[in-house]
Amino acid sequence: MTAIKRRDFIRTAGLAAGSLLMTSKIAFAGSGTRPRFVFIILRGALDGLTAVPPYGDPYYARLRGEVAIAAPGAAGGALRLDGLFGLHPSLAFLSESYGAHELIVFHAMASPYRERSHFDGQDVLENGCAHAHALQSGWINRALAALPPDRSARRGESGIALGQNVPLVMRGPAPVASWSPSHLAALDEDTLQRITDLYSTDPLLSQRLADALATQSVADAAQGDSAMAAASEDNAQIAQTQLLARPEQAKPKSAAPYKEVIHAAAGFLRSDDGPRVAVFDALGWDTHANEGGAQGQLAGRLGNLDAGLRLLKEELGPVWRDTVVMIATEFGRTAAVNGTRGTDHGTAAAAFLVGGAVRGGRVIADWPGLSERALYQGRDLAPTLNLHSALKGVLADHLAVSACALDASVFPDSAVAKALPDLVRA
Amino acid sequence: MDDPALNAAIAANRFGLGARPGELARAGADARGWLSAQLAGDAPQLRGTNLRASADILSQALELRRERRDARAEAVAPNAAVVMKVAQLYRPIYIDETTARIGEALTTERPFIEHLTYFWTNHFAVSVDKVAVFGLAGSFEREAIRPHVLGNFTELLLASTQHPAMLLYLDNQTSIGPNSQLALGAARRGGERRFGINENLAREILELQTLGVSGGYTQADVTSFAKVITGWSIGANFGRFAGGTPGQFVFREQMHEPGAQSVLGKRYAEGGMEQGVAVLRDLVQHSATAQFVATKLARHFIADEPPRTAVDALARAFHDSRGDLPTVYRALIGLKESWAQALAKFKTPGEYIISSLRGLDVPVQYADKARASFALLGQRIYSPGSPAGWPDRSADWDGASAIMKRIEWADALGQKLGAHRDAAQLAPQWLGGAMSAPTHTSIARAASASQALTLLLTAPEFMRR
Repeated sequence: MTAIKRRDFIRTAGLAAGSLLMTSKIAFAGSGTRPRFVFIILRGALDGLTAVPPYGDPYYARLRGEVAIAAPGAAGGALRLDGLFGLHPSLAFLSESYGAHELIVFHAMASPYRERSHFDGQDVLENGCAHAHALQSGWINRALAALPPDRSARRGESGIALGQNVPLVMRGPAPVASWSPSHLAALDEDTLQRITDLYSTDPLLSQRLADALATQSVADAAQGDSAMAAASEDNAQIAQTQLLARPEQAKPKSAAPYKEVIHAAAGFLRSDDGPRVAVFDALGWDTHANEGGAQGQLAGRLGNLDAGLRLLKEELGPVWRDTVVMIATEFGRTAAVNGTRGTDHGTAAAAFLVGGAVRGGRVIADWPGLSERALYQGRDLAPTLNLHSALKGVLADHLAVSACALDASVFPDSAVAKALPDLVRA
Repeated sequence: MDDPALNAAIAANRFGLGARPGELARAGADARGWLSAQLAGDAPQLRGTNLRASADILSQALELRRERRDARAEAVAPNAAVVMKVAQLYRPIYIDETTARIGEALTTERPFIEHLTYFWTNHFAVSVDKVAVFGLAGSFEREAIRPHVLGNFTELLLASTQHPAMLLYLDNQTSIGPNSQLALGAARRGGERRFGINENLAREILELQTLGVSGGYTQADVTSFAKVITGWSIGANFGRFAGGTPGQFVFREQMHEPGAQSVLGKRYAEGGMEQGVAVLRDLVQHSATAQFVATKLARHFIADEPPRTAVDALARAFHDSRGDLPTVYRALIGLKESWAQALAKFKTPGEYIISSLRGLDVPVQYADKARASFALLGQRIYSPGSPAGWPDRSADWDGASAIMKRIEWADALGQKLGAHRDAAQLAPQWLGGAMSAPTHTSIARAASASQALTLLLTAPEFMRR
């Protein structure tokens, strides 16, 4: 049996999703008029006071002791943003972006969630509501449903989740794609057709199978098979032997853990016809013990993320100027270091908006200060900026989601959170 | 309305680990009886001559740290080097543990008990993406979970909380009371380091293992409970915290926050380690814990959104028996809701793989090779990635890319084993009363034996349990 390319299969099989594939020539460069939005979820609660140290706050060094990030200029010191804030020394790309007016740093920002459970916090970060489990869909999906036609993907789904499954923020009424690299051989046409037939009376499985085939074909078409193969080049050998291999031997060792996902995301977003919005997770921010300061555990993770963002810019090429990347976490961490040289669950955090379309070079923060009286419940950085305000500003100005939709369906009950204006270049 | 063929399929596939050939016939006319019979006797322990005690493994890892410490005059980054050495020590241990675990899943005659073991391991979740527990997750399951799966929830909670894997995973081993002897002594000596608590374990016990996130506790409860369990640590024979048997749970009085603490409105007098034991025992009796555990069980064994009546019945069984687990399991088996709808749950990748290999009667020697499949399909063994454990609803697992991977994996397996298995003969032994006519027809009309097997493995009924 000969395995054939999936897009050929779809063309011949004539699935509904096959409309994606009728044109084989697909432009590579962005047209300059079609906005891209990437949302990166930092799961585990990023310590905003290490990522964006308020070195100018008189209480900062005392609270953080040996892991405080020093002022700019000192050894291992922060990368200066302004007289109060700096970036962690591992965030070289973000620092350059700030200089190039392509980065906005938000600080003392929080979603409406005020408890300290990761899982409820992430639920609120994704559902766009004031409470956990209030809705079973996510704000990006509802925004996609409200996109004006000229901002949607020309064909197929406008949103894609980089991962095997779709996170809550992308679930909902609008169809979305999910994609992760495959290390297994494709099926032959006949078997795939029979499975398609077998699923025809099963709404969930038939939809998922059609989505998977359509996404794969976008990946193939947009990037060229060779480019996509390059995304998995570390894993090339796995493809043949995975079923029998030890993952401990096969697992790719890479200094850049986001390399594969960024490469894939960029491939999809570069396509002029492909998805407009991509989402993926970055894990490992729950630094309860031995968090480190200028060096150490968190510094390493921040460095990886920063390198990933640099790669995203490189791979997006000219499309970077149409791109806005929002990086946010479920909540912050305690202002003081705990007894195990880490930090426990807190409240307000830092977030980043980076991209060629960002009106950057600014820190947006209503800094509450770190004196004991200023801390939320005597322990956390106090929230003074609503995450929903920033997200509404981005969705309104970048993706042209109407104010009405933003208040009614994307972030219900968020009328108190006015959209922040002018986050994105006109 | 009570269809024996359908009940047998539900018992073997939803409550068990997926029917092996002949199993549906054995479950036969009395599916409930087949499940209850598995509750008799001690919970099975894993076989495997190379499986080591956690204390043994951990003391070897501690020895590596000590060697590094003694040699730290060297100008290399000591931390990274130790972490690498520990990972090298742990990798073969992880391989042995997971091989034994998969082997048990392939062969067990008490699949319901094994499935319950997985449930509790996921409830008291540790994750091997934290290197410190990479080599301990297997022994955690063998030492803290398996012996108590047919016991009382309190024993399970105590064993989990006192296991080095859990203490390390949630950072309690160096959580120190701010007024403990150790902290006050350091302050007197004018040391630079401030000692204090780490809230992680205390918070996750309340949120994820007992009361649940809406169980009515406050930040103040988290903080005082964290103080209560200061000193719950791990023995070592060197360093600042020397004492106890290396690698074993130890209570360190000198790290413990002295004095009474108030948790959930109740005052706990100073009592050393017993103060923490008392809080844990009371948590099990709390009605929120019964409700939380019942909801998770019902979500796992009945439906993503389980009927209120089923949850309440399980919560009552838990509460009235004071956490006696076999009583709760019997209540689960006895619920009409448990049998009301076949195929109500979408299989996780792990469930899908194990049910495939059981159905194909893959020999136990294959267990070592099967490990890679779990990572490939998105559920590497012992790596839920967070203390919440793996999620348990269809939407968490039914992404398009995830399903395509299953199909590709199934096809590879079909091609590998097609010449040696007869899908048409296996299908009724896997799916029994749950098999649909289209699946039957599709397998019968397949172009080849391997394609028939792929179609059976990818059938909608087999994606679910």
